[in-house]
Amino acid sequence: MTKLDINLNVNGETYPIKVEARRTLADALRDDCGLTGTHLGCEHGVCGACTVLVDDQPVRACLGFAVQFEGSQIRTVEGLADGDELHPLQQAFWDHHGLQCGFCTPGFLMLAVAVLEKNPDIDDGELRRALASNLCRCTGYQNIVKAVRAAAGAMKR
Amino acid sequence: MKPAGFEYHAPRTLGEAVQLLHRFEDDARILAGGQSLVPMMNLRLARPEHIIDINRIGELEHISTADGMLRIGALTRHNAFMTPPTDDPLGRLLAEVGRHIGHLPIRVRGTFAGSIAHADPASEWCLVAATLDAEMHAESSAGQRLIPASEFFLSSLASDLKADEVLAEVRLPLLGEGARFGFEEVSRRAGDFALTMILAVLWLDGGRIDKVRIGIGGAANRAMRAPEAEALLSGQSASPELLRRAAEAATASIDPIKDIHASAAYRRDLVRALTRRALERALA
Repeated sequence: MTKLDINLNVNGETYPIKVEARRTLADALRDDCGLTGTHLGCEHGVCGACTVLVDDQPVRACLGFAVQFEGSQIRTVEGLADGDELHPLQQAFWDHHGLQCGFCTPGFLMLAVAVLEKNPDIDDGELRRALASNLCRCTGYQNIVKAVRAAAGAMKR
Repeated sequence: MKPAGFEYHAPRTLGEAVQLLHRFEDDARILAGGQSLVPMMNLRLARPEHIIDINRIGELEHISTADGMLRIGALTRHNAFMTPPTDDPLGRLLAEVGRHIGHLPIRVRGTFAGSIAHADPASEWCLVAATLDAEMHAESSAGQRLIPASEFFLSSLASDLKADEVLAEVRLPLLGEGARFGFEEVSRRAGDFALTMILAVLWLDGGRIDKVRIGIGGAANRAMRAPEAEALLSGQSASPELLRRAAEAATASIDPIKDIHASAAYRRDLVRALTRRALERALA
């Protein structure tokens, strides 16, 4: 299959890459842009590990093809920290033991960033419903909810 | 878990998309939100040779009202319904039902019309379309075709859409002031596909049920109405006994599917219980 020349804008940087049309956004980020922070779990849109932001909205990167996202602003977990300073959500995950093995963490972080940026005053029920999008095989859900709740306060400040 | 190779097309107008479909027919698939098609491609349950991506056709992303119908363009995402898209009671109905669709990232990408075209019997939008007798507006190089919901959903993942047709718009009748509805769904987890769901929509005249629609989703091989149950209720005053009989009639009208998640008997029980609850909610 022929490869297509495309430009992906990720975390404010342009990545000129050459990919087959069948290359998913998740694989393009990992293998062509070298941004391996985005993880792939189920590869069929169930686990949420590959969640990234496209134009500030959360999407499952395994369910889109890289060629579809030329012209979009993509954000991944690599774009969260400011140098050595963790993003408030990353810090809250650390402080509240929101990660165990860490595999699902990038997906949860990007999902939660999108949710809190849109609605920092989200109530507990809505927050739990939103976080139900992603799976954590360590089943550390309580601490993930605690971490996101704490980050909501920190992000408002 | 990687899709097979395909040739990618990104038309800018509906006309271009229709021409591409005309050219490739069975070898092509329309890609809208991709929340059903791409998993099937990743699992290689679908191996289209051509993908016609309609995401760059801006004219398809719209919701408007005309001639008593809500018109929903092919690229309108599930998320567009999280707040009522019209002041008509239909708007509240869509917002309430739509919250049950998958999760936020799925609603951000997935489309109303894509869900209809996919014809999954457990799709909330297919249930709404079947219950309210939606009209599907299909376009092909031969012209336009309006397909009523009663003829559109054939069986699980099978619709009346032809290989050279694209579902350009779905039209739902406005309900008018005074319409009431009740929606009930049971799924294994929040965001999962429905094991069974019931949508009841009714209009009262004085103390009586003037008109009623009951739709069943997830229980049989397609979303469908329950005409026997509707006939029992029409013109009658609601009573617990009447609702019980209507629920029984709805249960008797389906040929339930069985799968790893629920037996046929359990789905019958769900239809019985949820029909009664949806009616009670609509009457409350």
